[in-house]
Amino acid sequence: MRHIISILVENEAGALSRVAGLFSARGYNIESLTVAPTEDPSLSRMTIVTTGTESIIEQITKQLNKLIDVVKLMDMTEGPHIEREMLLMKVIAKNSMREELKRVTDIFRGRIIDVTDASYIIELTGPGAKLDAFIQAVDPALILEVVRSGVSGIARGDKTLRL
Amino acid sequence: MELTGAEIFVRCLQEEGVEFLFGYPGGAVLHIYDALYQQDKVKHILVRHEQAATHAADGYARSTGRPGCVLVTSGPGATNAVTGIATAYMDSIPMVVFTGQVPTALIGNDAFQEVDNIGITRPCVKHNFLVKDVHDLAETIKKAFYVATTGRPGPVVVDIPKDVSAHRCEYSYPKRVSMRSYNPVVKGHSGQIKKAVDLIMTAKRPMLYTGGGVILDNASKPLTEFARLMNFPITNTLMGLGAYPATDPLFVGMLGMHGTYEANMGMHNCDVLIAIGARFDDRVTGNIEKFCPTAKIIHVDVDPASISKNVKVDVPIVGGVDNVLKQMIKMVKDSNERPDPEALKEWWKQINEWRGMDCLKFDRTSEIIKPQYVVETLYRITKGDAYVTSDVGQHQMWAAQFYKFDKPRRWINSGGLGTMGFGFPAAMGVQLAHPDETVCCITGEGSIQMCIQELSTCRQYALPVKIINLNNRYLGMVRQWQEFFYQKRYAMSYMESLPDFVKLAESYGHAGMKIEKPGDVEGALIEAMKVRDRVVFLDFITDQHENVYPMIPAGAGQNEMILI
Repeated sequence: MRHIISILVENEAGALSRVAGLFSARGYNIESLTVAPTEDPSLSRMTIVTTGTESIIEQITKQLNKLIDVVKLMDMTEGPHIEREMLLMKVIAKNSMREELKRVTDIFRGRIIDVTDASYIIELTGPGAKLDAFIQAVDPALILEVVRSGVSGIARGDKTLRL
Repeated sequence: MELTGAEIFVRCLQEEGVEFLFGYPGGAVLHIYDALYQQDKVKHILVRHEQAATHAADGYARSTGRPGCVLVTSGPGATNAVTGIATAYMDSIPMVVFTGQVPTALIGNDAFQEVDNIGITRPCVKHNFLVKDVHDLAETIKKAFYVATTGRPGPVVVDIPKDVSAHRCEYSYPKRVSMRSYNPVVKGHSGQIKKAVDLIMTAKRPMLYTGGGVILDNASKPLTEFARLMNFPITNTLMGLGAYPATDPLFVGMLGMHGTYEANMGMHNCDVLIAIGARFDDRVTGNIEKFCPTAKIIHVDVDPASISKNVKVDVPIVGGVDNVLKQMIKMVKDSNERPDPEALKEWWKQINEWRGMDCLKFDRTSEIIKPQYVVETLYRITKGDAYVTSDVGQHQMWAAQFYKFDKPRRWINSGGLGTMGFGFPAAMGVQLAHPDETVCCITGEGSIQMCIQELSTCRQYALPVKIINLNNRYLGMVRQWQEFFYQKRYAMSYMESLPDFVKLAESYGHAGMKIEKPGDVEGALIEAMKVRDRVVFLDFITDQHENVYPMIPAGAGQNEMILI
């Protein structure tokens, strides 16, 4: 099953490699990993999307907690949560295709943020599955580049991941 | 007062009460060696290879419970230490390893003797630190000792660039240290312990299975009290030997791949398994699908990640082994309930039947020296009270099977990583910590050659380690597997061109003995024990074809042993 695990780590050199190294050393999957400092500059927040059986996910959370740099951890998938990812796509946009691409972008509530006479850059935010659907909806022959930010997650309601 | 980083380093070690620092000098740590030279509290032991420094510190730590300390230079000094660091990591041994590093301005430039120590050691340390500023040095060292020795212990590496050891700053050593991201649990959850005790009271065929965690947490006393209070059979893992007196009738021997028949059959047939400070290693469980098919499992461990890692357990208890056992004992004593005594009697009857198989028997009439006989005689001569280190292979298993350890911290071996070359340098660390005790290294002609250069170190510090070399001219365990599973194709398991170990020992100024007849074994050992100022290398020419029995072959269950 797919899990979104969020962790607060000490904002120190090497923290990212400890986490990434743990996943490769123990053979766990990483679908995506994002990291950036939080409002408290001594802490970074990582969001890891991973897949595995319940027992593997249990091991992943335990092993992450065991890392000395990990301050706090939450498995978002255990409760209601919001997942967002941003996608930037550069597409060939000429003649009649321009209108069609604009329409598809609107349907997905994306935005065109850069325009030349031959190309668009489209920005789209949403859960990973929505971005997948958008990529499917665009003619692959038109796609020049796709860049995805990786997933960020946050728990709904009262539940928070903070010190 | 302003001190240099090197002086601060030395002061910190003094504050931590470090007796011995095992190491080898080099360019990046010259400032530190200069500071060490100008004091006499911390004694530096000069090894002949950095791997031996880590094993010696490890042996010191295992035999005393105090953290071992190592100092090596950058680059090859650090990479040579990695095997020893990984060895300590796998067995959760508290150790602090200081590695030199090139000056901060050169880091990343492929400078002379530069490697990424932090990157290389990351997967085999509990934690590591790069000290980039002399102002952080004292606190980092304090943290390193704190992390290494608390919770589930383990090695910690502190990487010190050369300029940091030269820079000056005000020195003060923090009294205590706290880390918001590191708060190991010590006290077990009383609700979980109650659940465990309730389950224990329903047991008809209980089994205690305990590991190195009991020794690490100095919990032999409460373990012994608990086992006797309940009258339960108890087995120890390879790492746990000595935690429970091996000569006690409740003890059924070591379990696992080369464990006793009674221990493994007891595991396979038990209905309540109480695992304490053990981690369900594959050498213990055999085929995990066939492991303890009828048992409810209680697991006590200080490391939550050890629980339900290999085997799903019914009652997990996270906490220090000593604390949890004491709570358990109290709950049992306060309770009127006890497990069904009739069922327990039946269970003991069954276990004693298995015991009757005498699974460790060997040919006592042989004209050739049997390795088991050497270990058994050593046990008798030393009255079971020696510190015994071992390397890895057949001799290690025979040592574990035939030397009956009644006390913890007497049996010192590389259980997790299985590091050949461990035993001899580890014995040096043990001997330094216990100068008046008998320290024996049971080894083979393969393993001993992996750190044989330490004969020189032993000469320098007059360490009277007894090397018990079970010399069968084969890499015995490899040969055994090739005999059983590779149709006797003995690929590279025979060693030609062995040295004359007696002459080799003598060339370093030690004593050497070659023993070729069973009748000479006892006399040679008695003679060797009298030597107190140098190594005695006892080269026992043993049966080339002896195998370790019993054996659980790979993929088999604990009830599917090969017996002799």
